[in-house]
Amino acid sequence: MHVHFLDPYRPRRSPVHSLDPRVKLVLAIAFLFSVALTPPGAWPVYLLLLSLVLSVEVLSELGVRYVLKRSLLALPFVLAALPVIFTAQGAPALELTIGPWTLTITQPGLERFISIAFKSWISVQAAVVLAASTSFPDLLLAMRAIRVPRLLVAIFSLMWRYLFVLVDEVLRLLRARTARSGNTGDPALKTGGSLAWRARVAGGMAGSLFLRAIERSDRIYMAMVSRGYDGEVRAMPMPELRPSHWVVLLSGFILLALLLLISYLF
Amino acid sequence: MLYSPEAMHIPDGFLSITVSISMWVVTALVVLYALRQVSRDLGERQVPLMGMLAAAIFAGQMLNFSVGGGTSGHLMGAALATILLGPWAAVLVLTTVVGVQALIFQDGGLLALGANAFNMAVVGVAVAYMAYQTVLKLSGGRKWGVFAGSFISAWLSIEIASLAVALQLAVSGTSPANIAIPAMAAVHALIGVGEGLITLGAVAFVIAARPDLLQVGKTRLVMVGGKTVWAAGLLLALGLAIASPLASSNPDGLEWVARQQGFLDTARGPLYQVIPNYLLPGISNQALATVLAGLIGVLIVFGVALAVAYLRRNRQPLKNR
Repeated sequence: MHVHFLDPYRPRRSPVHSLDPRVKLVLAIAFLFSVALTPPGAWPVYLLLLSLVLSVEVLSELGVRYVLKRSLLALPFVLAALPVIFTAQGAPALELTIGPWTLTITQPGLERFISIAFKSWISVQAAVVLAASTSFPDLLLAMRAIRVPRLLVAIFSLMWRYLFVLVDEVLRLLRARTARSGNTGDPALKTGGSLAWRARVAGGMAGSLFLRAIERSDRIYMAMVSRGYDGEVRAMPMPELRPSHWVVLLSGFILLALLLLISYLF
Repeated sequence: MLYSPEAMHIPDGFLSITVSISMWVVTALVVLYALRQVSRDLGERQVPLMGMLAAAIFAGQMLNFSVGGGTSGHLMGAALATILLGPWAAVLVLTTVVGVQALIFQDGGLLALGANAFNMAVVGVAVAYMAYQTVLKLSGGRKWGVFAGSFISAWLSIEIASLAVALQLAVSGTSPANIAIPAMAAVHALIGVGEGLITLGAVAFVIAARPDLLQVGKTRLVMVGGKTVWAAGLLLALGLAIASPLASSNPDGLEWVARQQGFLDTARGPLYQVIPNYLLPGISNQALATVLAGLIGVLIVFGVALAVAYLRRNRQPLKNR
C-alpha cells in the first residue's frame, strides 16, 4: 500500500508549472505579504487580489474546483476570529438576543471578521497553487535560493523522501490494531478496553514507530557512508534565471505594489 | 482523508505583519543555533536522523485513539521528541514537521510559519524540557519520575503553546484576548490529556524495548540542553501563564498594543488627507470602487480562461495523467 495521495503535486504542462520554482516561491511569498498588508475593509483590492489568484489557477490548469476544495481546509480556524464581530468597538449593526444575553454585532467588527476570513482564504489558495504546481525537489531548490540553511534543506529533503515509508508504517500499525481489537466499524459500539488502555496502546504504537525510525536512520546512515557521504551536503549549482523569468518576477512585483498602493489610497 | 489539520496551526491572514515577522526572526535565530548545536553533537549523522524522526513525528500525528463522544486523542509530539532526543534536536525535528505541513499541506500559513514553528518547536520544546527535567530531578532519576515527567511535560507543552497561539492572535487584533485565551486554554487542557497519555505510553514502550535510549549521557542520541534551555523553558512557561490571565482580564491593554502595532491601518488616515478624494473623481465612492473592482476582476479571470482555452485547442494531452 502506498500513500501517494499525500503528495499534492499535480503534473501539468501549464505556464505556471514551467515557471522557475525560485520565481514561483518568491512571487507566492510576495503575494502573501501583499495580502497581509492590505488593510481591513479594502474590498476593491480584495476582489482584485482574488481575481489575480483565480487567474493563476486557471492558467495553471489545475482546475479551479480542485484549488477551491483544498482551500477550505483552513476554514475551521475562522472560528478563532468570530468573537471579534461582537467585541470591536463601533456602530452597532445588529442585535441578537439569546436568552438573557444580548449580543451586539458592530460594524467595524463585522468588517474586520470578513476581512480576516477573506484574506486567509486568498492566502491559502496561493499556497495550494504553489504546492500543486511545484514538485517538492523543486521547492527545496527554491528554498536554497532564498538562503534557507543548507543543512535544514537537507533535513527537509530526507524527511520528504521517507515520509511515505513511515506513513505506510503507520497505516500498517493502525490496520493491525483494528484487526486485533474487534473493531466493528460502527462508531456507536465501543471497542477495546478503558481509556487508559486505549491510550497506552496508541502510545506503544507511537513508541515503536519512533524506534523503527531511529533504527532505519542508522541503516540509511550506513548506506550513505558506504556511498561516500562525509557530512557535507553538496548540491548542483543552480542555473541562471532566464530573462523571461525575470520579466515575470518583476511584473509580478510591480502589480502587487500597485495593488497595495491602491489599497492605501481608497 | 487521513490527514487532518491541527487546530493549533495558524493560517495566513490571522496574524498581523508585525507579529509574523518578529516570530520569524526569533524562530530563525533559535533554529540556526540548534543547527549548530546538533551538528556539533551528531556530526554527519545529523541529516539522516533528523529527517527520519521528522517523518516519524509527521506520520505519528496520524495515530489516534477514541476518547469517546466521537472525539479522539492525537499525538503532536513536541514532548516525545524532546524526551527522546533532547531539546536542540527536537527543535529541528519539529521545525521540519511544521515547515512541511505549511509548504505542502497548507496546514498553517507560510507567513505564519514563523509563529507556528515558534509555538511548537520553541515554546513546546523548551517547556517540555523544563517540565521533564524538573520532575526527573525531583524523583531522583527513578522510573516513576520518567513516567510522571513525560505526562506532565506533554500536557504542559500543549497548554502553554496554546496560550502562545491565543496571545499572538490577540496581539494581532484577530481574537479578543478575554475570549480567545480562556477558550484556547480550556480546549487544550483536554487535548493535552490525550497528548500526555500517548506520550506516556510511548515512553513506557521505549523504556521496555530500548532502555539505553533514555539514559541521559550514555548514548550520542540524547543531548542534554543544560541550564540555559531549562531556564528558557521556565521563563516561557511562567511568562505565558502569567501574561495570559492578565491579558484576558485587561483586554484593553492588549487592544492598545494591537492598535499601536497596527500602525499600517492607522497610516491610512493621513494618506486620505495627503491625497484628497476629489483627486480621483468618480471612484472615490467605496461601493462604486468595489463594484468596479469586481467587474475588472471578472474580466481578468474570464480573459485568462479564454486565452488558456484558445491555446489549449489543439494540444496533445499530457501522458500518464
